[in-house]
Amino acid sequence: MTQSSAAYLIRGARVNGRDPADILIRDGVVAEVGPGLSAPDARVVEAHGLIALPGLVDLHTHLREPGREDAETVASGARAAAAGGYTAVHAMANTDPVADTAGVVEQVWRLGRESGHCDVQPVGAVTRGLAGERLAELGAMAESAAAVRVFSDDGMCVSDPLLMRRALEYVKAFDGVVAQHAQEPRLTEGAQMNEGVVSDRLGLAGWPAVAEEAIIARDCLLTEHVGSRLHVCHVSTKGSVQILRWAKSRGCDVTAEVTPHHLLLTDDLAEGYDPVYKVNPPLRTAEDVQALREALADGTIDCVATDHAPHPAEAKETEWATAAMGMLGLETALSIVQHTMVDTGLLDWDGVAERMSAAPARIGRLSGHGRPIAAGEPANVTLYQADTAWEVDPAALASKSANTPYRGMRLPGRVTATFLRGTPTVLDGKIQ
Amino acid sequence: MRHLLSTGDLSREEATLVLDTAAELAQVSGRSVKKLPTLRGRTVVNLFYEDSTRTRTSFELAAKRLSADVVNFSAKGSSVSKGESLKDTALTLQAMGADGVVVRHAASGAAHRLAGWVDGAVLNAGDGTHEHPTQALLDAYTMRARMGRVEGLRVAVVGDVLHSRVARSNVLLLHTLGAEVTLVAPPTLMPVSVHTWPCAVSYDLDAVLPKSDVVMLLRVQAERMRHAFFPTAREYSRRYGLDRDRLARLPDDAIVMHPGPMVRGMEISAEVADSPRSTVNEQVANGVSVRMAVLYLLLGGS
Ligand SMILES: [Zn+2]
Repeated sequence: MTQSSAAYLIRGARVNGRDPADILIRDGVVAEVGPGLSAPDARVVEAHGLIALPGLVDLHTHLREPGREDAETVASGARAAAAGGYTAVHAMANTDPVADTAGVVEQVWRLGRESGHCDVQPVGAVTRGLAGERLAELGAMAESAAAVRVFSDDGMCVSDPLLMRRALEYVKAFDGVVAQHAQEPRLTEGAQMNEGVVSDRLGLAGWPAVAEEAIIARDCLLTEHVGSRLHVCHVSTKGSVQILRWAKSRGCDVTAEVTPHHLLLTDDLAEGYDPVYKVNPPLRTAEDVQALREALADGTIDCVATDHAPHPAEAKETEWATAAMGMLGLETALSIVQHTMVDTGLLDWDGVAERMSAAPARIGRLSGHGRPIAAGEPANVTLYQADTAWEVDPAALASKSANTPYRGMRLPGRVTATFLRGTPTVLDGKIQ
Repeated sequence: MRHLLSTGDLSREEATLVLDTAAELAQVSGRSVKKLPTLRGRTVVNLFYEDSTRTRTSFELAAKRLSADVVNFSAKGSSVSKGESLKDTALTLQAMGADGVVVRHAASGAAHRLAGWVDGAVLNAGDGTHEHPTQALLDAYTMRARMGRVEGLRVAVVGDVLHSRVARSNVLLLHTLGAEVTLVAPPTLMPVSVHTWPCAVSYDLDAVLPKSDVVMLLRVQAERMRHAFFPTAREYSRRYGLDRDRLARLPDDAIVMHPGPMVRGMEISAEVADSPRSTVNEQVANGVSVRMAVLYLLLGGS
């Protein structure tokens, strides 16, 4: 990618879906927003009919580097993120080696900077090696060049209540947040998919909703007790939503995310045993999907996070039980959110900007992201054509992997441009 | 019918056709020359990822009696343990020109996956805790042979329903054929959504026995105790084991079935297993006829 300090004049974009206006970007910041701007030195980007959103921020991305560069690298993941309209992603810690030291998080952070396609903010592990036994050096990661603020054993649950309490307390020293993958391990031993009618029919061991809900309830109480900050990863059940609503009403400082796939897909897709639908937490029921949509709309769930989880083909072209869990998300997230939240009338584009950019940046304490498109703000901007459709071709995605559940589906809307601090990472629909 | 993956895919007509065909083919087994030329030139692969000598032998005999070429591909200790995937194996079988693949696998859905990767017919010979369709067909066949009908029979299926592919296949097939099934197990060994299944549910074996024409016992693995599905083998046996006293509660002409292998003493007493009410050996014999019927119907056409 070429670095460019050129000025850009985006013409006629509808900022957060409002009336068309021009956006002038100069020196990496938004210089001016308004109708009929002119700047003879600026390169013009025609954006009539397009929606301008603040660059999207993902709190939950798996980039696989170090360790599984065959599935994704920081560079390929950053390209996929840019293609999806993201300007910043949080890279989860469950790499190999685990991101549980200042050295590993700085390596990931630096690889992100080198890629130039997206800011990559590492998440630090809560416990050493994600083993759930001893705290990792949270302070060293916080003080490193990567300035880690989000800590998570994602992929594993910090199930030991004492360790969880200590982690919540400890991160207060640097305004950190513990992002919990809520999955009671004993209740999900051998679990393969949502526990219910479909798992019983398919003979796949069930993953009960209560295994997620019990941990969320416990963690909210712990968070309240120690006066800390908790973030709940990929909420997937109606019961979890009800617990979050209750905890927030008590004043607990808890935030939560939902994935695009949990806003759309249901567990009956497992009927053909195609592991492209195998994901953690599992796809739930239509009733859960509806509750998640409503919770995202009313703010009980604060943001959308992709849980982008690339896997090589051989990890999925196998029996369900042995297949890896996870699906791609970065390049389809905005389309799925449009389809499930905007086109259904549950959310307007202001709401999308809040939940896909401002809130995740705030939760992750990323100061340069999630800002409104306004004069003086960093020029992180996504241009999105909502009134179009595209057919998902896994081979055409920027990710190194192809495990998307939307293969062959027609999705609404496409990202046509992404600006990272004034530099286009995507322009005319092409990654730069 | 292209594959046999689940008894849920069978219509009443199709299931009845299998049973009728099995009855005709059973006569072959009574002859001195136990062979028909029906599947000459066709290749059936027995792909067994799980040890099951009795099921594999039953399928092998069935295929051979129809003159098919049989290849036994025991996946244990073969390339599979060296990391070859099910898909790679499927492509190998494809290259060998297998007309039918009989697959036994520890993973639920393995037969479904395989059916997507090979051109030949796939016969599910047991996949994880999902289904075992030919077992259910041979059970229905055995009921019909003993009781003269399946429709209207009251069948109690007793034991580890949760982990039983035999129970799943039987519930679906027996419902299709018009029998009334009652599942009997401790609540821990019952699927969570069992109330949506086309059957009745009871935790009380003694209450169900007098109203049962058939009692089908399922295998209970003692290691389930470790996962707290039930407290002790003794308690399980007391509440759900079939002994002489319980046998006496059954109607006079009722039969006792077991898919084998039996754990004598825990789920069934030796006395009951060997009684004339028990159909265990007939089930084994009928298994060959039923599997011949399925192979014939799936592979026999041109
Ligand atoms: Zn997770």
